[in-house]
Amino acid sequence: MNDLALHLLDIIQNSLAAGATFVTVRIEENPRKNLMVMSVEDNGCGMNEEQLHKLSDPFFTSRTTRRVGLGVPLLRQTAEQSGGNLEVVSETGKGTCLTARFQYNHLDRPPLGDVANAIVLMISANPNVDFAYRYSYNEKSYEITTRQLKDTLDGAPLNDLYIMEMVEEMIRENQNDLKVCQIE
Amino acid sequence: MTKIKSLDDLRQKKQQLEQSMDIREKSDHPENLVQIKVAMATCGIASGARTVMNVLVEKIKKENISAVVTQTGCMGYCYAEPTVEVTKPGFDPVVFSYVDVKKAEEIVDKYILNNELIDGILPPNYQTI
Repeated sequence: MNDLALHLLDIIQNSLAAGATFVTVRIEENPRKNLMVMSVEDNGCGMNEEQLHKLSDPFFTSRTTRRVGLGVPLLRQTAEQSGGNLEVVSETGKGTCLTARFQYNHLDRPPLGDVANAIVLMISANPNVDFAYRYSYNEKSYEITTRQLKDTLDGAPLNDLYIMEMVEEMIRENQNDLKVCQIE
Repeated sequence: MTKIKSLDDLRQKKQQLEQSMDIREKSDHPENLVQIKVAMATCGIASGARTVMNVLVEKIKKENISAVVTQTGCMGYCYAEPTVEVTKPGFDPVVFSYVDVKKAEEIVDKYILNNELIDGILPPNYQTI
């Protein structure tokens, strides 16, 4: 995995596999505090104590197609080698919240990558799941939810290729604006 | 062309789009569309599934094909990732392996548009009921 957006795609898949209908993604870039946070929160089936305990074991998975589960262990490794950590809070029946923290200036921190594209791919591929996305850079933030998008687009399908392109552009422009207006 | 920045811009752009063409109501009749599923588990993503998905989306738009591109999990073919499953209306699903940018375009050009099979097809290991 070359960038954090790929990890994000991967982690969201876990939420979807847990039957989530609402997924909140938060990305926080904070060069002032030398901190970068990526978190995914869902309302899926959650994990019990034993599953939670084994989560970082690459040879544990709830799947039956294969015997390894590398998504979370890889992200943990990336976070830890960037001077950060990975925290997972989960409750059976309520959902899971995964938070990965990185040192922003750490040499081994992978670049953030194209999060706008990752989010749009997720939204379009899962029309029945609601997503909320919040991106913040230092103190300023930008937020968008699929409910807002659905209202605005008046029922037009979010997986339409032209709509996807427009939404991606909107997210990217707003993220860039946040960064540009805070250049020091 | 001005960039889309707010939800209002988005609404306007969508209205312009509707005037110039029909936005297909995909969710209503998915069985009439070509369904493309890109395997996007850890194994798929790590071997480039996102690039493949973006290429497929671009290519479908360019060729103006009625299709939906969605994601799926791992089918156990981790060694052959990225894999792409294509279901044409009235046909059984076909799973293509080792898909890169070039092969993704080939899938659209040869299989979707001309019914021609290409190398690297995996046996399906499940049945939809």
